[in-house]
Amino acid sequence: MKTNLEYKAEFLNPDMPEIPYSTLNLGPTHPATHGIFQNVLKMDGERIISGEQTIGYIHRAFEKIAERRPFYQITVLTDRLNYCSAPINNIGWHLTVEKLLKIEIPKRVDYMRVMVMELARIADHLICNSILGVDTGALTGFTYVYQMREKIYEIYEEICGARLTTNMGRVGGFERDFTPKVFDLTRTFLIEFPKVWRQFENLLSRNRIFMDRTIGTGPISVERALNYGFTGPNLRAAGIDYDIRSSDPYCSYEEFKFDIPVGTTGDTYDRFVVRNEEIWQSLSLVEQAMQKIETCENGIFHADEDRYYLPPKQEVYRNMEALIYHFKIIMGEIEAPKGEVYKAVEGANGELGFYLISDGGRTPYRLHFRRPCFVYYQAFPEMVQGQMLSDAIVIMSSMNVIAGELDS
Amino acid sequence: MSITNEEIISYIETNLGSVFEVQQDNYGVLTAEVPVHQLYKLVNFLYKDLTYKFNNLVTLCGVHYPDNKGKEIGAVYHIQSMTHRILIRFKVFAPIEKPELPSLTGIYAAANWMERETYDFYGIQFLGHPNLKRILNMDEMTDFPMRKEFPLEDPYRQDKSDFHFGR
Repeated sequence: MKTNLEYKAEFLNPDMPEIPYSTLNLGPTHPATHGIFQNVLKMDGERIISGEQTIGYIHRAFEKIAERRPFYQITVLTDRLNYCSAPINNIGWHLTVEKLLKIEIPKRVDYMRVMVMELARIADHLICNSILGVDTGALTGFTYVYQMREKIYEIYEEICGARLTTNMGRVGGFERDFTPKVFDLTRTFLIEFPKVWRQFENLLSRNRIFMDRTIGTGPISVERALNYGFTGPNLRAAGIDYDIRSSDPYCSYEEFKFDIPVGTTGDTYDRFVVRNEEIWQSLSLVEQAMQKIETCENGIFHADEDRYYLPPKQEVYRNMEALIYHFKIIMGEIEAPKGEVYKAVEGANGELGFYLISDGGRTPYRLHFRRPCFVYYQAFPEMVQGQMLSDAIVIMSSMNVIAGELDS
Repeated sequence: MSITNEEIISYIETNLGSVFEVQQDNYGVLTAEVPVHQLYKLVNFLYKDLTYKFNNLVTLCGVHYPDNKGKEIGAVYHIQSMTHRILIRFKVFAPIEKPELPSLTGIYAAANWMERETYDFYGIQFLGHPNLKRILNMDEMTDFPMRKEFPLEDPYRQDKSDFHFGR
């Protein structure tokens, strides 16, 4: 039997006689692609010779819509980018506006944000890894760990009232303080989750079938990954310890202790293992954040900036000043300085950046989302070249490509 | 590990001469406007340079300034050095009648889709791009929708003053 590399050398050889290849349409709506992706694959039997992606099936013109919306109304657009970890997007956007307005954020808000963002990261990695199990034929693990995602969504629900598209927080902090129930739910989660996740790891990470399907599947070298602009777990699986949480810390991440797991070959198994380890790191970060919140003064949940932060509703009805600010903020008449900011946060699947050009008006002059999926999904044809058709499904699943983020 | 913007500017100027015009930025990012013919040379130099290793093209985005005569259409590149944690921002402008910029696909593979996206929304022709076609919009489209001449709402609407409700 020929190895992958031999096959690759064979069909890259120009002297080979022309073989009649077949064309296969994988998608646009295919149950195994988890979203609307179309891949036109050129096949030699079961081997993939080359592939081309068509994207944009759920393009919703967010960048254009954002040019007509005041800053606080753009939060709901960011929800719909990577909808598996919406709070990270929300908070990333708030951080961008705060950077533009140069608002100082209290420490307690930072820790609250870290807590929510790490929970979101767990939810995102959990989905990615358990679906990877499903794609390799292990449905059982998925059905168990998916319950834990519900627990995380219950925490979101207690914080902001929403579950999937959270629209969490405001520019300057959160809209209300965390209730004691939030901490109770999180504590229960921190006790229950490790047991479930350890079982899931036991089920897959040393499983012979799973290892055979994933080791050596869709590898990418460090040089190619860098050149393709990979970020997040996919880059770390290839072997670079680049993490924005430590290289350009935001939200006081510099005060936290965590490790950055790295892989060696950048194949599907490495991506799986890196995500697993990141879940453990995130769990420890949630715990650390909760301890840090306890040391802070109670009741601070937003920056003390009257100009940008919505006043409490009872104040609006009684107090002239509050009414004016409420009206001005809702109508988007806050004074934003002229300037350009680029702010990146470590999203669940890579560097999520916001490039905001403000001309001093009520809406952005230009807002560009740097979506990690969009940048690294272009490497897909190179990664599936020479692999089997069933591997293409696994590779796509392990790259954690989210259609909402890809198409913006 | 703090390399100031002045160090990078002087480093580039000693190696390439005066290739860009540094702009004021209140948020500490080195921002420079680069002439179209210097862009490829500059980025190629930064990519291959071993002192700072600008090995990552973070993002590319188009921007349209209709009042900026002769320089209406622009592209903004963010280039980063992962090792030294530096981000620099280059802006390149072209006239709207002939928006042509050099393609960076030969340097960064990541530029492929980024340039296709910018072409899709702003109509910038990236010369030397291997496969410059629309990516997010449908192929039959003839306009470039992110340009400012396409307002989000019906421009002929009479019952609403835009002064209070955004652009």
